[in-house]
Amino acid sequence: MDEGLRSELSKQGVFTTTLEDIYNWGRKNSVWPLQFGLACCAIEMIATSMARYDLARFGAEVFRPSPRQADLMIVAGTVTKKMAPQVVRLYNQMPEPKYVIAMGACAISGGPFKQGYNVLKGIDRYIPVDVHIPGCPPRPEALLHAFMTLQEKIDGQKLFGPNRARHLKASEPSEFVIPEFGEHDLVPPANRNIWRPPALTRSE
Amino acid sequence: MSDYSPALFLIVFLAIAIAFPFMPLILAALWAKYFSPAKPGPIKNATYECGLRSEGDAWIQFKSDYYLYGILFLIFDVEAVFMFPFGVAFLQLPAGAVVAMLIFVLLLVEGLAWAWAKGILSWK
Repeated sequence: MDEGLRSELSKQGVFTTTLEDIYNWGRKNSVWPLQFGLACCAIEMIATSMARYDLARFGAEVFRPSPRQADLMIVAGTVTKKMAPQVVRLYNQMPEPKYVIAMGACAISGGPFKQGYNVLKGIDRYIPVDVHIPGCPPRPEALLHAFMTLQEKIDGQKLFGPNRARHLKASEPSEFVIPEFGEHDLVPPANRNIWRPPALTRSE
Repeated sequence: MSDYSPALFLIVFLAIAIAFPFMPLILAALWAKYFSPAKPGPIKNATYECGLRSEGDAWIQFKSDYYLYGILFLIFDVEAVFMFPFGVAFLQLPAGAVVAMLIFVLLLVEGLAWAWAKGILSWK
C-alpha cells in the first residue's frame, strides 16, 4: 500500500497498517535486556533501569537473568580477554532476534585500557554490534538514546525480500565463533566475517 | 423454551475452550515456519547458561549414604537446641528434669553408637 492511499484513508477515519509494521512495533516496544554487567558502565545501566531514568518507558525494564529469555545484550564495561569467550557464549545462547549495544569506551574499543595486554579492543571483533555508545561511562541519557536508536533500527527492519532482517534468513548464522586462549592472544584474534574495520591508508 | 439440547452448549464451549489456547501456539508455529527459521546449535542448546562451558552431564547421581549423614547431623543439631537452655537453667532444675534430659541424650547417643557399630560413619 502506498503512502498516498494510506494518508487518504486515514483522513477518512480508516487506519491501515501492515504485518511488518505491527511485528516491528511489537518487537521494538518489548526488548528484554540481558542482566549482565562487566564494569562501571553497569552501574549506569542499573541507574537507567531505575526510577529516575526509567527504561521501563521503552518497554525494556525486564532484565532477564538468563540468555534464553533475552533479546538485547548491553555490553556494559571493559571486556577482558578472559571474559570475552563468556560474553560470546552468552550471546550465542540468546534466541533470535537478538541485538547488541556496546556501552562505553571500553566495550567499543578498549577505552582507557586499550594498551593493556589483557583487554579486548572492542567486543565488535566477535559479535555483531548494533549500537555503539562512546563515553566513560556514558550517562543514562546516552544509554536511553542508544536504546531509542536501536528501536528505530528494529522499526526499519524488513519482513520480506532480500533485505529482510538477519534473524529471518535461514542462511545467516545465529552462533559466532568463541575465541580460545592462545599462547599470546585470543585465537582467533577477531571474527573476520563480522569485523571489517576500514583500512588505514597513510600517504607517505 | 426452545427445543435444542443443553449438551450442545457444552460441546460448543468445549470446542472454543480447546481452540482458544491452541490458536496462539498454531499461529506461532506457522510464523516460525514461514518467517523466522529456527537456528539451534551446540552452544545454544548447551545445558549451562552462565557463559561458561558446560561440563559433564546434568543427570548426575548423589550417593544415598549422604542421606544417613544428613539424618545423623539433624538429630544432634536439634539436640543442641535443647542442650543450651538445659545448660543455662541447670542449677534451678529439679532432679527429675535432669534425669529426663539424661535419658534424652542417652537415647541419641545410643543411636549414634548403633550407627557407628553398623559402619555408617565411614564414607564408602
